Amino acid sequence: MARISLFDIVGPIMVGPSSSHTAGAVRLGLATRRILGEEVRKATIYLHGSFAATYWGHRTDVALIAGLLGMGMADERIPRALELAQDAGLEYSFHSANLGDVHPNSVEIKVQGDHGQLTVGGASIGGGRINLFNIDGFEAAVDGSYTVLMTKHRDEPGVIAEITRILAHHGINIAFLDVSRKMRGSEAMLLAETDDPIPSEVIEHVQRLPGVLMVRSLPCF
Amino acid sequence: MEITNAYGLLELCEKRGESLPQVVAEYEAFRANSSVETVRAEMTKTLEVMRASVNKGKEDRGEWAHIIKGYGHLFLEADTKGQLLGGKLFKKIILYSLSVGQYNASLGRIVACPTAGSCGVVPGALLPVAEELGSRDQEVVDALFVVGGIGIVSAAQGPISGAEGGCQAECGVASAMAAGAVVVHLAGGTPEQVFGAASLALQSHLGLVCDPLASLVEVPCVTRNATSAVSAVVAANMALAGIPAVIPYDETVVAMKIIGKALPESLRETSQGGLATTPTGKRIYSEMRSKHSL
Repeated sequence: MARISLFDIVGPIMVGPSSSHTAGAVRLGLATRRILGEEVRKATIYLHGSFAATYWGHRTDVALIAGLLGMGMADERIPRALELAQDAGLEYSFHSANLGDVHPNSVEIKVQGDHGQLTVGGASIGGGRINLFNIDGFEAAVDGSYTVLMTKHRDEPGVIAEITRILAHHGINIAFLDVSRKMRGSEAMLLAETDDPIPSEVIEHVQRLPGVLMVRSLPCF
Repeated sequence: MEITNAYGLLELCEKRGESLPQVVAEYEAFRANSSVETVRAEMTKTLEVMRASVNKGKEDRGEWAHIIKGYGHLFLEADTKGQLLGGKLFKKIILYSLSVGQYNASLGRIVACPTAGSCGVVPGALLPVAEELGSRDQEVVDALFVVGGIGIVSAAQGPISGAEGGCQAECGVASAMAAGAVVVHLAGGTPEQVFGAASLALQSHLGLVCDPLASLVEVPCVTRNATSAVSAVVAANMALAGIPAVIPYDETVVAMKIIGKALPESLRETSQGGLATTPTGKRIYSEMRSKHSL
């Protein structure tokens, strides 16, 4: 068993009322925004299970928007998130949906920015902890406890080797590595959780690799 | 370096010849690959947030809360008018714990300790006692490390969420953390008394269910934070007087876990039983539900 973190017990510092339905929801929104890598212009949000049933009580909707605006779970502006979204030109809508056999506190967030778009499936699994289980149709398991390098690339020999070589060259150790694809030879995704932060030159370097379609880094959060 | 139970934690203190707060700080520094100075700075910041949540909670009128509106403020006003019973410390414990619970329900920034639903218990017991004893901030920070130590041994052996263990796992564990650490540590008890007080406090919460109205962290959560904070100090006083807990803290936590498993799901944070399904509970739920739907 992993050692229990002191500041998970005396903490986290968060805006109430619920660690799972408020703090976890802020983090899901924030993670989505960080993967998108730019300001969110439009968000379509599908709430599942307990999120759909009790969002209003714990302000899960407000919390998700706060995260999409870039706020963390201790940000005192969270209560004003809906009004700040209007000022920021973020258009949003909420819907109830059955996302299938997933955690009861799950959500699917479709976001658009000026340059790209993204769909994230995530769950708030208790105590403010989260799990991103789907990114743009690829299965994932990201909990924010590590820095993540994420790429979309063509499913062909050598691409992953080149990416890991660049990480190694910068002295970045990979703690966990996850690769998946939709179909042989089509688009694939790599998620590398690292022990070290990822500097911007690594991103630029990976971006230039032949076969890499998109690259993002998600600092631990 | 591991902390898995109270027995082991006390043994660790003895072996290292270090105080309980120091050992807990070193554990966290080891765990997070950080330094004791960084960990102490983080805990100092945590104390500041706790204090701010008391002060802001006193003024909060519950703009964002659904049912409870300005409980801390109501209490403060009644006290100012001399309408309340008991001494200064007693009333302050109730005021502080209510204020933090109210603030949490109003989308205020709090320290979950161990959970958001029980966030008023530790500051509600700790800060009034520290003020009463004139403790220095360093001592209050030390007390928070003891709070954390008790919390870690609880989480290592039992549930600390209402969904798993009922309210005994939230307000009960919070009360144990407050009783042991906060009060006995600040008042100069021995490490054994720390866990004696924790055990006495948890014993008084065994069997407590989690049955909140309309799935909100409001009724009965916020007023229960006040009773759990007061009972923390009751337990601490008994431990300081040499009254034994009889059952060691580790065994009390395991009993709490077994009781939690025996509780039906309807009484574990599902709002499917208890107060939530009383006629009034159901009426309040349907009134609120009708105002919100996707």
